[in-house]
Amino acid sequence: MSATITTRPPEVATRPPAPARRTSAARFRAMVTSRVGSAIAIVIAVLWTVPTVGLFVSSLRPEADIRSSGWWHAFTDPSFTLENYARVLGGSTSTNLAVYFQNSLVIAIPATLLPLGLAIMASYAFSVLRWPGRDWVFVGVFALQVVPLQMALVPLLRIFSGTQVADVLPFLSLWVAHTIFALPLAIFLLHNFMAEVPRELIEAAQIDGAGHVTVFLRVVLPLMLPAIASFAIFQFLWVWNDLLVGLTFSGGSRTVQPLTAALAAMAGDRGQEWHLLTAGAFVSMLLPLVVFFALQRYFVRGLLAGSVKG
Amino acid sequence: MIVNRTRARRVSAVVAGGLVSALALSACAGDDLGGGGGDSAGGDCGAFEQYGTFDGETVTISSTISDQEADQLEESWADFTECTGITIEHNGTNEFESQIFVQVEGGNAPNLAIFPQPGLLSRMQAEGHLAPAGADAQAAAEENYTEDWLSYGTIDDELYGIPVMGSVKSFVWYSPSAFEENGYEVPTTWDELMALSDRIAADQGDETVKPWCSGIESGGATGWPATDFVEDMVLREAGPDVYDQWVNHEIPFDDPQIVASVDRAGAILQDPERVNGGIGDPRSVATTPWAEAGLQVLDGNCFLFRAASFFEAQLPEGTEVGPDGDIFAFYLPADEAEDRPLLVAGDYVGAFDDGAATQAVQAYLASPEWANSRVSIGGVVSPNQGVDPANASSDVLRLTLDLMQDEGAVARFDGSDLMPSEVGAGSFWTAMTEWVDGRVDTEKALASIESSWPK
Amino acid sequence: MSFLLYSKNGQLVLAIVAFAAVVALLLLTARLAERLRGRGRSGVMVLLFGGPALLLLAVGLVYPALRTLWMSFMDARSETFVGWANYAHVFVDPGGVVALRNTLAWVVLTPLCATAIGLVYAVLIDRSRFESAAKSLLFLPMAISFVGAGIIWRFVYEYRGAAQEQTGLLNAVIVWLGGDPVRFLQDSPLNTLFLIAVLVWTEAGFAMVILSAAIKAVPQDVVEAARLDGANAWQLFVRITVPSIRPSLVVVLTTISIATLKIFDITRTMTGAQFDTQVLANEMYDWSFVFGDNGIGSAMAVLIFLLVIPLVVYNVRQMARNRAVRA
Repeated sequence: MSATITTRPPEVATRPPAPARRTSAARFRAMVTSRVGSAIAIVIAVLWTVPTVGLFVSSLRPEADIRSSGWWHAFTDPSFTLENYARVLGGSTSTNLAVYFQNSLVIAIPATLLPLGLAIMASYAFSVLRWPGRDWVFVGVFALQVVPLQMALVPLLRIFSGTQVADVLPFLSLWVAHTIFALPLAIFLLHNFMAEVPRELIEAAQIDGAGHVTVFLRVVLPLMLPAIASFAIFQFLWVWNDLLVGLTFSGGSRTVQPLTAALAAMAGDRGQEWHLLTAGAFVSMLLPLVVFFALQRYFVRGLLAGSVKG
Repeated sequence: MIVNRTRARRVSAVVAGGLVSALALSACAGDDLGGGGGDSAGGDCGAFEQYGTFDGETVTISSTISDQEADQLEESWADFTECTGITIEHNGTNEFESQIFVQVEGGNAPNLAIFPQPGLLSRMQAEGHLAPAGADAQAAAEENYTEDWLSYGTIDDELYGIPVMGSVKSFVWYSPSAFEENGYEVPTTWDELMALSDRIAADQGDETVKPWCSGIESGGATGWPATDFVEDMVLREAGPDVYDQWVNHEIPFDDPQIVASVDRAGAILQDPERVNGGIGDPRSVATTPWAEAGLQVLDGNCFLFRAASFFEAQLPEGTEVGPDGDIFAFYLPADEAEDRPLLVAGDYVGAFDDGAATQAVQAYLASPEWANSRVSIGGVVSPNQGVDPANASSDVLRLTLDLMQDEGAVARFDGSDLMPSEVGAGSFWTAMTEWVDGRVDTEKALASIESSWPK
Repeated sequence: MSFLLYSKNGQLVLAIVAFAAVVALLLLTARLAERLRGRGRSGVMVLLFGGPALLLLAVGLVYPALRTLWMSFMDARSETFVGWANYAHVFVDPGGVVALRNTLAWVVLTPLCATAIGLVYAVLIDRSRFESAAKSLLFLPMAISFVGAGIIWRFVYEYRGAAQEQTGLLNAVIVWLGGDPVRFLQDSPLNTLFLIAVLVWTEAGFAMVILSAAIKAVPQDVVEAARLDGANAWQLFVRITVPSIRPSLVVVLTTISIATLKIFDITRTMTGAQFDTQVLANEMYDWSFVFGDNGIGSAMAVLIFLLVIPLVVYNVRQMARNRAVRA
């Protein structure tokens, strides 16, 4: 698509520097670039939003209309209904998304916090602590990102199946599985950000007599807060939208199945019930958006803001 | 449409609530994880005495059945569970085909599974995961099912799977009101069908209206409706015996008789004068969701749509289905009116262990009592010969039951479900999709499937 | 107590409290261990900080990875050794070659496009009045599951014959402009590009969030100095912004590449991998789970793994370079 925008830098970079004094031509050019820039930003924003708007509008249309005409017809020939949402949220026990909504929450919150906590500590071990073979182990962890989930499902399932713990804590296997699958990426991302924390800060603290626990809690953690917040959002989203792990480790059991599994089941095994799917997809989007807005303020100062201010 | 008040309120409650209200909401329903107390039975339990009584036993069943159909399934055995004390926990997912292997290999097998195709059942058996049906279940099965149906659940002379629900695929859906309006008659032979098709093309055909409509898109299973079509043609062009040889790979996949059968399907699916009403040219068949194609019949964009009995579930609510309604189905005719080859499919219940409760449930599912109970609830039929057609919930299902119980009809199971899955859920689908897409001719398509057959 | 064990919310609370206790215990032990002297101390530290994660990884990923490698040399049911036969199958099978070709297209195009768009957008909206609203627009697709994305894009790509009314957005626009409707998902090889666009659409938000944060960390005095030198917006972008956020760019590109290699949902739901749109991840899924041949399925998983090695090497060199700069 607009990849061309950034594939040009090399030639531009080799141009001689512009004259030091700002000419009126330069000012004019700056104005034009800002206009062009705004236009590009608006085009991207529109392109990215229109498909979702289509989904939202469709979710409010009657079943027959969804099948027979494009969603934009809803504007010229309005006929809206809440029936789709009513069926998705009310309905029978197996289509009632409210229960699955809770399941998804119970799965997603620990499945976000656990890998986050473990990965922050591991990144400390990989970036601040010094030990032989550290970088090679790190590369190994990094490479583990690519192990396809599908290949890890069966061995992991064997650990839990039939155990007493699995009966008492039905969500445990889901939490652990999500945690394991998230760790390589979490460690990779957080390590990269932790590596940016200026060494001098840590050394200064150590000279003051601080041990690793103090350095970790008082120096590194506060500086990492934005990075942690953004990873938390992504991890929450990934777990929330995951289907494969949810299906496998819930064993299809309705008591623990997440929203995505219910949504997929709604599609039916033989046909596509667009009207229910559109409404269901929208319901499942709500919480991720709430989380995004809630944590967005952490982005403002930047993931690496600490290293600059420090 | 009218929005139910209480439902609407529930909508706004959930929409408004974020994390907090969702958690609070959960206090009411579905939050309990402790063991539920068993209710003591009320009502008449005499009919269930033969299965014995169990105290607090739970039998788990996995299947592809989800959504509303799952609720109906659970309702069908409610009396049984109450009287015997067995709790049946049913888990339906549409990812069943892949999930069941993961669960079994992960040591997490259910007690019973309802396999949507016999191929999966025999793969499970080959890997040594299945237990044969118990004595009671076997006796009930032999009493209530025809040999044709049981043969697909029998492996090495041992009965592993019992058919519980079934469908007939050899149907053409049409609009009775449109037929009446135009003076069209339901055809009883293949030639009559094609003559009707030509007459419709001459009367009605234009840029958008065609005699037939068809679609083979179905997500990850895209292509299956085309393989069904071809199988129906093999039964008609070459007959049931050749069909069996073809399915078992005793003749090559691209045998001349099969080529002729596929070409017969092509006479409809690849002729721009005959398809694809309301959607586009013949190539559009490849990307049209199969059920969406059938809905064109309701809009008058096409007049004939070949699809299984379960297409009924895809019709919008309020559609009148019946011989005088908006839409109905007739038997896809063979060359002679007396020949009635029937392409069928069905779900088989197989057991992963030989526990007493497991076997009791399996035996119950093989009984006419269960089959009638399930059929009365609606939406499906069972190949159980003890089912009273009067219990069928719709005209199409009654027609299906009549055909299933018709002694003159020769039933053959959907071949792609019986072939090795590399073929039946792989190259057969892919090659037929390419063929519909017009990228390969019949010989080439069939030759590529032949070469993919595992040695 | 019964609340904690017998209700979902209770178990949620229980899990969080238990995990917090474990972390506290680890840190407390670490604090005690700081009193130790000599070499033992740093070993204990590594174990306490990195041990839990590494243990989980060993059990949950290293072992399955080795098992997959082993299975890739065995037959369908992992009983007899078959040597390289499974790998040969992938390269001999015409479908396998198509899958390989498409996978390469995916893994090259998706990260580049998603990162480019995310970056340009992040730069353009930086410090604008509507920044947070603008960000959430690009982020929106990330909140949608692949099931949802599949439906959304169906409404965009749907095709109907020229004589019919179009129900897909793009074709409606094309016809309105006087063109002929296009079979977006059916005509190879362009259909793969249209599928890639769907993933770019979902991943650009990820790139934008990370890069936007990195951009905000670019030292303001450097930017000012360049501006005083008369650099225009484009020159600022190329000479100051991009070099300063290089590490973040590498992270984003790498992460998206790896995610791309593993994604099969889009292909599966939108075209059923027909019309020459097959990718390795989907073929692996089919062979392992639909066709029940663990041998060929595992061989494909190993091939996917091999495709990542260039990325790993690049990242290792990048790490070494960063370290050299900082030292």
